[in-house]
Amino acid sequence: MIEKDLIIIGGGPSGLCAAKTALEAGISVLIIERNEHFGGQLVKQTHKFFGSKEQYAKTRGYDIAQKLLSDLSDFSNLTMLKGATVVGLYSDNVVTALVENKYIRYHANAIIVATGASEKFLAFENNDLPGIYGAGAIQTLMNLYGVLPGNQVVMVGSGNIGLIVSYQLLQAGVKVKAIIEASTKIGGYKVHASKIARLGVPILTSTTVKKAIGETELKAIEIVSLDENWKEIQGTSKVIEVDTLCISVGLTPMHQFLSMVGAQTKYVQELGGFVPVVNEHHQTSVNSIFVCGDAVGIEEASSAMMEGYLTGLYVTEFLNVKHPGYLKETAYYEKQLSMLRDGPFGTKTRVGLEKLKEGYLHAKS
Amino acid sequence: MRIDKHPILEFPKRHVIFFMFEGKEVSGFEGDTIASALHALDVKIFSYSTINHRPRGFYCAIGNCASCKMIVDGMPNVKTCITPLISGMVVERQTNKGVIK
Repeated sequence: MIEKDLIIIGGGPSGLCAAKTALEAGISVLIIERNEHFGGQLVKQTHKFFGSKEQYAKTRGYDIAQKLLSDLSDFSNLTMLKGATVVGLYSDNVVTALVENKYIRYHANAIIVATGASEKFLAFENNDLPGIYGAGAIQTLMNLYGVLPGNQVVMVGSGNIGLIVSYQLLQAGVKVKAIIEASTKIGGYKVHASKIARLGVPILTSTTVKKAIGETELKAIEIVSLDENWKEIQGTSKVIEVDTLCISVGLTPMHQFLSMVGAQTKYVQELGGFVPVVNEHHQTSVNSIFVCGDAVGIEEASSAMMEGYLTGLYVTEFLNVKHPGYLKETAYYEKQLSMLRDGPFGTKTRVGLEKLKEGYLHAKS
Repeated sequence: MRIDKHPILEFPKRHVIFFMFEGKEVSGFEGDTIASALHALDVKIFSYSTINHRPRGFYCAIGNCASCKMIVDGMPNVKTCITPLISGMVVERQTNKGVIK
């Protein structure tokens, strides 16, 4: 058994930030990352971030990943494992992982679950045909490996990811035939939508995909218009020839490890589905297990980073070790986080967090 | 298909890696995953579903969904979207739940 003060599951933005503040307090930290690279989904994000300078605004995602990694380069009591998959989490703080095909056991006094999110899927006829991919998958394929998903794409979903990936498809030279959106309104920021519209891509609201057409691979899709009750309007069916359909209908937190230790979860639609119930210190109903980033509710990467810094700090307090700037830094990052959640686009998150808080009080009573 | 020109990203020339796919020698680049190399060769079908034998490709590309599973060097259920391509690998389409020999 390998002993550490803190184990962080997931080396994405949130996990890396949590490691930084925890290491500043002098504790030993192990980060376990499934992929061959650290930085999570930042590594494929070619767009510049919004927000303020403190939240890495105007910097491209992959550059932020480099910055977060270089912030960790001076800590000698940090161990980083990549290409290592955590396979078990136990309530006595044991973490088991497959590392280079060997099963290894670790133990820590505190654990942070920073596993991020997975893409949601959509039910329609033939939705399993090759050529139908998640928006994140297409981003990975293009921006990380330089491979095109196809020649002609329709994007399902007009949230920020759908809009940004559509733009990135255009940058890579792929024809985006349309963005379709089941709701009556475009989901993402207007600035992104306008950029796409200027490039001649129609954004069709109140429209959804009814079925995919093709024998062995995607050849075309049938789209239909929806009425105010989300029901198909007869006679509105249209067939569009495409070899790629990109599904961007949101993300859902990856909370599964927390179920292995019996940590309470709650369904909060605003946060993306089932989320672990946490207190204001990101502590789950299992005292030594903390969670941060998209795993505790879908938000932007900027929020995931601020939550990471904070959770690292909260863990130092839980472990009774002194972080040199605990009070000042927690106040600072809490303020950054509330600034990010302020404004109309943060409403959903704020409502979701209120519901989650009720869940925690219930779990403790 | 690979991206040759991109306004932001650069894809420098990389070493060619040869591997076997369904009994034929094909090639990808160093730094590819098995899935990205196959997709660049326009291979989109990675497996067939076990009961209805429907064609399956990848979906999430980050190791979550397991839609990209294939038989690699005799080992079934390998998530090809997160497995780095290595010279000489033998990659096959999977048609069952996977048998460990």
